[in-house]
Amino acid sequence: MRLITGSADQTVKLWNVQTGAQLYTFNFGSPARSVDFSVGDKLAVITTDPFMELTSAIHVKRIARDPTEQTEESELVIKGPQGRINRAVWGPLNRTIVSAGEDAVIRIWDSETGKLLREADKESGHKKTITSLTKSADGSHFLTGSLDKSAKLWDTRSLTLIKTYVTERPVNAVAMSPLLDHVVLGGGQDASAVTTTDHRAGKFEAKFFDKILQEEIGGVKGHFGPINALAFNPDGKSFSSGGEDGYVRLHHFDPDYFNIKI
Amino acid sequence: MAAEVMLMNEIEATAAEMGIDMNIDFSSIQLPPGENCGIIADDDDVYHDDQLEFDSGFGNVIVVDNLPVVPREKFEKLEGVIRKIYSQIGVIKEDGLWMPVDPETKKTLGYCFIEYNTPQEAELAKEKTHGYKLDRAHIFAVNMFDDFDKYMKVPDEWAPPEIKPYTPGENLQKWLADEKARDQFVIRAGTDTEVLWNDARQSKTEPVYKRTFWTESFVQWSPMGTYLATVHRQGAAVWGGANTFNRLMRYAHPQVKLIDFSPGEKFLVTYSSHEPSNPRDANRVVINIFDVRTGKVMRDFKGSADEFAVGGAGGVAGNSWPVFRWGGGKEDKYFAKLGKNMISVYETETFSLIDKKSLKVENVVDFSWSPTDPIIALFVPELGGGNQPARVSLVQMPGKEELRQKNLFSISDCKMYWQSNGDYLAVKADRYTKTKKSTYTGFELFRIKERDIPIEVLELDNKNDKIIAFAWEPKGHRFAVIHGDNPRPDVSFYSMRSTHNLGRVAKLTTLKGKQANALFWSPGGRFIVLAGLKGFNGQLEFFNVDELETMATAEHFMATDVEWDPTGRYVATSVTSVHEMENGFNIWSFNGRLLYRILKDHFFQFLWRPRPPSFLTPEKEEEIARNLKKYSKKYEAEDQDVSMLLSEQDREKRRMLKEEWEKWVSEWRRAQEEEKLERQKLRDGEASDEEEEYEAKEVEVEEVLDVSEEVLSFEE
Repeated sequence: MRLITGSADQTVKLWNVQTGAQLYTFNFGSPARSVDFSVGDKLAVITTDPFMELTSAIHVKRIARDPTEQTEESELVIKGPQGRINRAVWGPLNRTIVSAGEDAVIRIWDSETGKLLREADKESGHKKTITSLTKSADGSHFLTGSLDKSAKLWDTRSLTLIKTYVTERPVNAVAMSPLLDHVVLGGGQDASAVTTTDHRAGKFEAKFFDKILQEEIGGVKGHFGPINALAFNPDGKSFSSGGEDGYVRLHHFDPDYFNIKI
Repeated sequence: MAAEVMLMNEIEATAAEMGIDMNIDFSSIQLPPGENCGIIADDDDVYHDDQLEFDSGFGNVIVVDNLPVVPREKFEKLEGVIRKIYSQIGVIKEDGLWMPVDPETKKTLGYCFIEYNTPQEAELAKEKTHGYKLDRAHIFAVNMFDDFDKYMKVPDEWAPPEIKPYTPGENLQKWLADEKARDQFVIRAGTDTEVLWNDARQSKTEPVYKRTFWTESFVQWSPMGTYLATVHRQGAAVWGGANTFNRLMRYAHPQVKLIDFSPGEKFLVTYSSHEPSNPRDANRVVINIFDVRTGKVMRDFKGSADEFAVGGAGGVAGNSWPVFRWGGGKEDKYFAKLGKNMISVYETETFSLIDKKSLKVENVVDFSWSPTDPIIALFVPELGGGNQPARVSLVQMPGKEELRQKNLFSISDCKMYWQSNGDYLAVKADRYTKTKKSTYTGFELFRIKERDIPIEVLELDNKNDKIIAFAWEPKGHRFAVIHGDNPRPDVSFYSMRSTHNLGRVAKLTTLKGKQANALFWSPGGRFIVLAGLKGFNGQLEFFNVDELETMATAEHFMATDVEWDPTGRYVATSVTSVHEMENGFNIWSFNGRLLYRILKDHFFQFLWRPRPPSFLTPEKEEEIARNLKKYSKKYEAEDQDVSMLLSEQDREKRRMLKEEWEKWVSEWRRAQEEEKLERQKLRDGEASDEEEEYEAKEVEVEEVLDVSEEVLSFEE
C-alpha cells in the first residue's frame, strides 16, 4: 500500500505504508501544497505554490506499479490560477481535476488536455481564500471551506452549488462523515490577528452541521488554538482534529451521536 | 480580500483581440476636470446645486469700501495701514491687496480688494472690520466679493412669490402604529446603513430600509424618533417617512463634524471646526442653528475655539459637545452655553440672549439643565485657596432667580446628575481629606419638587471608595452606584423614598464583588443591567431592583455598548469595530434571555429608534399595569398562533430540503451505477466499490439482560 506526501521542502515522496520505506522522490521548484491519488492509484495530482518567478501549478504524475520503474516526468502541467492552489483532487473516473485556492474560485480541468472546463459562479461562490476541500466517499459531491467563514457543498460533475454552511470563524479544515449526513468545519482566527487574550481557553470548536438542513448540530471543544486539519475515520465512528496549538485530538463518538435528530 | 483576479496574459489576449494598444504614455493622459473627475458619486446629485454656489473662485475676496481717497504720495501709507489691519485676521495672499486708482485724477477710488487663502478668513475679516472706524469720516463698509454679484442680480421689479399647491406630508410617526408593536433600530456596518425591525417573536430582524453610503460619517436619530440624520461633507440631512426613508430636508454646513437636535425636534445645531491660517491661533468654530422643518438658519455663531470650549476642573482642553445645551423640556424654549465667567442663555422666540445679556457667574465651570423644567444647576469651584468655598446653585429661567444654593468645602471636583423627571439632582462631590493627600466622595441630594428644595448629604458606607458609575432610575426614586477600589467593585442601590421615612434617602442593598463598570437602567425603571465593559470583556447581569434579585447573568464577549429599547422590553449589546473580531450585536429580553444574534464585520453603530413620550396620564398607565392579565391574554393567544405557524413553516422547509436532497442522491446513485464498469477497469478489475461504501442501518439487537436458574422440584 502506498502513501504520497507533499512538503514545503519542494518534494513529493512515495512511501511503503507497511515498511515505512521511501520509494521515490519527485522534485519541484517550489513547495508542494496538496496531493491526491486517482481512482486505481495509477496517477497522482500535485499542486505547487507560487515561488519567486514560478507561478502556482497543478502537476499530474504517472505512478508506476513497480517503484523501480518510477519516472520524474509529468503527464500534464496546468497553470493559471493566481495565488496558492490549496487543494486539487481527482473527479469521478479520473476524467477531471478539481482545484481550489487563494483566488477563491473552484475550477474543473480536463485531466488529459489540461483545458479549463468549468469555473464556479462568482456571485454564489466563496469570497475569500478556499483553505480546504474534501470529497464525499463516492466522489459525487465535495465540500470546500473558506476564510470567508463559510463552507459550501458542490456537485462534482456540474459544479452546481448545493449547500452553504455559515459559521462565525474563518474555516481552515472541512470533513464529511462517511456514515451519517454530517459535515464538520474547523477553523479560527489567525494568531496574528487576535488582539485580546481570549480568557476562554480550549474554546476552539470543531462544528458539526446537518448536511441537508445546513443547521448547526453542535461543536466539540478542546483545542486552544485554531483547528487546521480534520479527518473522519472511514468507519465513521470517530474523527481526529489537528490544531495550531500543536495537538492532535482523537474523538470517539458516544452511542447518542448516532441518534441525533434535529 | 477581493477575489477579483485578472490574469495579465488574459488581459493582453483580450486587448490584442480588440485591437487595443496596451502601451500607454501616462504623461499624455488628461483627467476630466473637476474634483470628482466628472464621476457623480452617490450623494453628489444631492448637493449638486449647492456646489455651483461655492465654486465662483472669488470666495476668498472681500471688498473694503469708504476708504479715504488719497493722492499718490499717500498710497504707500494707506496701503500699509490697511495691510496691517487685515494681516492680523488672516494671511493675505501674495499680491492680494489691490487698491484701484482713478486714471484721471490719479487718486485712489476709495475702496480696495483683499484676497485671503481661505473663504473662512475672508468671512472673519468681513465680520471683524465691517463698521471699523478708521477715523470719524471713514467707517469701513466690508462685503464679500460674491455678495455683490448676488445683490446685482436682484430684479428691479418685485414679483410676488409663487404659491405652490398644497401637498400633504407623509405620516412621519407611522412606525409607532406597527401591528406587532415592534421597535426599529439603525445599524451601520462597513459602508451600509440599515434600519430594521426587531421582531423578537420570530427571533430575527425584518428590514425596513437599507442604503450604501447613506451617510459620510455617522447617523443619529432625532430625540423623539421622527427623523434620522445623516452627515456629509456639505452639511447634514434628515430622512423620514411613513413606510420608508425619504430625504425631508438638508442643511448646508461645509465640513460639519457634529450635530445635535433640540429635545422637541424643532431645531438642529451643527458644528464645524476649521484650522486657522496662523497655526498658533485656536481653531475657528462655526455653529449653525437650523429650523428642522423649513431648513432656515435661525442663528449662527462664529468664533475662535476658545470661546466655545467648556472648562472643567482639569482646565480648558478643547470642546465638549454639545456646546449649546437645551432647556425647558420639549418646547425647546431655551439653549445655553458656558462662557468665561458667564452662562449665555438664549430663548428661541427671538434667538437672542434673555434680557439681552448673559448670566454673569464668576468662575463658573459647569452647568446642566433640568430635563423637564427651565432650571439650571451650576457649579463654581473653590477660589482663592479656601477663601471662597465652592458652591452649587439652582437658577430659574427666564427670571434668573436663584432657587437654592449650597456651599461646599474642600471640593476637588464635582459632577451633577439629574433624575429623568427633574425630581432630583445628585451632586457628586469629591472632597480633599484634611491632609489634602487624597479625596473621598459624598453626594448632595436635592429634592427639587419639594418646598424649599431640601438637600440631603449622603456618604457611602466606606467613604474612601472611588465612585465608578452613578445612575438615577428613570421615572423612579432610586439610584445605583458602582464603587470600590477592588478589581471587582460593589454595586449599591438607594431609594429617595425609604419605607420608614419618606423624606430621607436610604440604602436598599449592596452587591459585593461584581464584574461591572457601567450601569444601564431600563427606560421605565425597575430593571437594570450591570455591565462589565472594556476590561471585563462583556459581562452582563440582569437585575430586578424591585425584588432586589438577579434575573440572569450572561456574557457578550468583548461587548462595547449596551442599549435598552425605548419600551424597556429588550436590551441590545454590541461589539463595535474598536475590536477587530466578534463585530455585531445581540438582542436579549429584559430578563436576560438571549433572543438572537447577528454578526457583521466593521460594525460601527447600533441605535434604537427613540419613541415620543406616551400620551397616557400616569393614572391611566397605572390602571393598565393593574389590569395587565386581562390585556396579556390576547397577546398570549397571538404568540401561540405565531409559534405554531413558525413550526409549520419550519417543518415545511425541512421537508422540501430533504426532498431536494433525495433528488441529488438518486442522481448520484444513477451516475455511480453507470460508471461502475469503468471504475473497475481503472482498478484493474478489482470490484472494490463495496469496500468503500458505508451505510447506517438501524438494527435490532437482542441483549441478554439476566440469566437465572431455578431448580424445580420434580415430584414423582
